[in-house]
Order: sequence, then structure tokens, then C-alpha cells
Amino acid sequence: MNPSSTDTAGWAERNKHNTKRLAVWTGAWLVTMAVAVFGPQLVWESNPTLTLLALAANLIVGAGMILANKTHLQGLDELQQRIQLEAMALALGVGLVLGLAYSTADITNLIPFDAEISHLVMLLGLTYLVGVFLGRRKYQ
Amino acid sequence: MKNRLKVLRAERDWTQAQLAHELEVSRQTVNAIEKGKFDPSLPLAFKVARLFGLRIEEIFQYDGES
Repeated sequence: MNPSSTDTAGWAERNKHNTKRLAVWTGAWLVTMAVAVFGPQLVWESNPTLTLLALAANLIVGAGMILANKTHLQGLDELQQRIQLEAMALALGVGLVLGLAYSTADITNLIPFDAEISHLVMLLGLTYLVGVFLGRRKYQ
Repeated sequence: MKNRLKVLRAERDWTQAQLAHELEVSRQTVNAIEKGKFDPSLPLAFKVARLFGLRIEEIFQYDGES
């Protein structure tokens, strides 16, 4: 006997939908971020009202992205949630420890350049990706 | 924790994907449970038991290791 396939098609479809929704919100957030950063330099030449509007749009879309991520995580099954949790814990820990060490190296002039927040964001992203990869391998 | 998930699934000639579909989890999760790499939560264990028409302890046995 094969299990029925009509009433349970929803879970995978729902996950796909949540993932697509998160991708759209993330893309939109990146666009608003680019507008807020490059708009004052290249388009409206430091008009504070437009810059404020661009930043407000970035924050609002960012809130939407956070909610979409929450929905995405809640829609995952328990093993996937554990993999995500372990990856995020790794990213947070590495980001905190290396981020502060990096900042200290900048403050004490141990490094000849400024410690940029974008470096921390890249570190968080890469560590998170490594964490997800390791988690998937661990439970294979 | 040991379990008989693979045997029960094979007895019914179901694929991991079909079982995952029924349990509303990913195929990777079914695979990890079958291999003993991941212990399911109590609600998921109940769902498995209900699907196979068995009691939880007829599927999952605590071996004191995990």
C-alpha cells in the first residue's frame, strides 16, 4: 500500500513558497540598501529628505525580510530547524569573537586599515553557510 | 535511540520520499532518523506511530546512548 499523496502535498509546497518569499524580501532589502547607499552619492546629491526616505524604506523592507525569515524557519521540519540553529549559533559565536578581536585590532592600530562593518557581515554570512553545510553533512 | 523505521518502511514498500511526504518532513530527516543520527521529537514519534498503526515503543527503543 502506498501512502496517500493528496492531502500532504502542502508541506513541501509551503516550504518552497516560504523560501521564494524570503528570497524576494531579501532581494528587495538589498535593492533598498543599494538605493540608500548610492542614491545620495550618484542620484540626488545628498538631499537629506530623500536620503531619509530611502533609509526608512530600507528599514521597513528589512522588517519584512525579518518576518519572512521567521516564517521560513518556522515552516522547516525539526531537523532542518536544528541545522539552522547550529549554523546560526556558530555564525553568532564566530562573529562576536572575531568581530570584537578585529575591532580591537583596529582600535589598537594593529591593522593598518579601518575595521568595516561590511567585513563582519561577510564573516557572518560565510560562517553561516559553512555551518549549514556542516550540519547537512552531519545528519546525512 | 534505536528504531525500526527502515524495516517498517520496507515492509510497506515505501520510499523515504513517500514516508517524508506523509510525515510532512524532509527526506533527509527520515534518512537521519533511520540511521539513528537524529532522534525525533515526541510529536513526530507519535505521528510515525500513528502512520504505521503501532505504539511508539514498538518503533523506537531507548538504548541509553544518545
